[in-house]
Amino acid sequence: MRDFQFHTPSTLAEAHSLLSDYGEEARVISGGTGLINMMKQDLIYVDHLVSLQNIDGLNYIRSTGEGLQIGGRTTQQEVATSGVVHENNPLLTETYGEVATVRVRNAATVGGGVAHGDPAQDPPPTLLVLDASVHAASKDGERTVKVRDGWFVDYYTTGVEEGEIVTGITVPAAPANAKTTYIKFLPRTADDYPTVAVSALGVVDGGVVTDVRVGLGAVNSTAVLAESVAGVLVGKEPTADLVREAAETVRDLCAPTPDFRGSAEYKTDMAVVFTRRALTRVLGLE
Amino acid sequence: MTQDTTVRVPVTVTVNGTEYTAEVPPRRTLVDFIRYDLGLTGTKEACSVGVCGICTVEMGGVIVSSCILLAVQASGSQITTIEGVADGEKLHPLQEAFMNYGGFQCGICTPGQIMASRALLEQNPDPTEDEIKDWMMGNLCRCTGYYKIIESIQKAGEVIRLGN
Repeated sequence: MRDFQFHTPSTLAEAHSLLSDYGEEARVISGGTGLINMMKQDLIYVDHLVSLQNIDGLNYIRSTGEGLQIGGRTTQQEVATSGVVHENNPLLTETYGEVATVRVRNAATVGGGVAHGDPAQDPPPTLLVLDASVHAASKDGERTVKVRDGWFVDYYTTGVEEGEIVTGITVPAAPANAKTTYIKFLPRTADDYPTVAVSALGVVDGGVVTDVRVGLGAVNSTAVLAESVAGVLVGKEPTADLVREAAETVRDLCAPTPDFRGSAEYKTDMAVVFTRRALTRVLGLE
Repeated sequence: MTQDTTVRVPVTVTVNGTEYTAEVPPRRTLVDFIRYDLGLTGTKEACSVGVCGICTVEMGGVIVSSCILLAVQASGSQITTIEGVADGEKLHPLQEAFMNYGGFQCGICTPGQIMASRALLEQNPDPTEDEIKDWMMGNLCRCTGYYKIIESIQKAGEVIRLGN
């Protein structure tokens, strides 16, 4: 790892001032599980790390009328084990509980993950399904961006702009009668990145589908929301044939990177298979 | 590490109840800090990317991979390493169980296995086999085939439940 300077501001204002001074030579570090690995492998060079570790007030989980408010410095394990999260949004509990291992979840933070934009991370597809928003603060103030409005831009590229810090996320509650699931296809080891991952939510009311959402991870350069699925299913009685037809539509969203977890063709086929399984579960067809 | 012209910064941590301060370059990882600056070589490093679990230590009450943390990130923290697990001459029930039930062979992964399973038993002294597998899945072992590790953890849990 190359040399760099490490800064530990104690307020957001100090952090913003440092980010402003050093511009593109600076990177924000939260838990560092993603960033340190990249720096150790010389994938990125950083002259100034601005750490959030001494800034108070960014670690919280609150239930409000709008859903859950989760601070950027909240660890992924805190989300995975929070009673408030489980009571309000079990899909978040399930998804954050699938991230890597307990050791990584204890260091990795919610805000760090959202800013990092690893295309194979677990939370992004679920945050797309749940229509979450990201709060990003710069020295000029805070803005709120829906993840669906293009937050996950490209491979390790997100909407966080130079000088901005992700201070938290807001996750609206799922509809009261929704069924949800997060399926991580792991043919190798339990702590691996997924070959493909599917997050899904479904509501069946009066025998017809009234809401259905599917998010996919590890199938493209970012997590993607499969809006085509709703077009096939909403307003109809859920059947195995319709689920099969809806799952086929995710094929067009897939452009996976071939690696030792599978070829692009295989991963695309698996995205269809696991979308079908997730839909079968959330539409009550099991 | 010898030709450093690097700016060094002080890092103060409390490890196994003793406060240490050392001046290190910010790029120093926590595992290197523990091993080379503090001389506590019980903690090992293998994969260096947070995957294998060998470098597991407890920091601020939770287990972390010390190979993908910087020492400067740990500044001000309370840390426990394998050297701090025994109570004086009295071994921790997990240490006894790993010896008595074949929980290790070559021993290189053992400090990490014990630090990880200790954290599990502290919050759940009676884990099921599935709970042990889920918690321990990131602690790799190439010798034992894991069955003996799982058995050792279960036996240590029995001892802890009976109040040592």
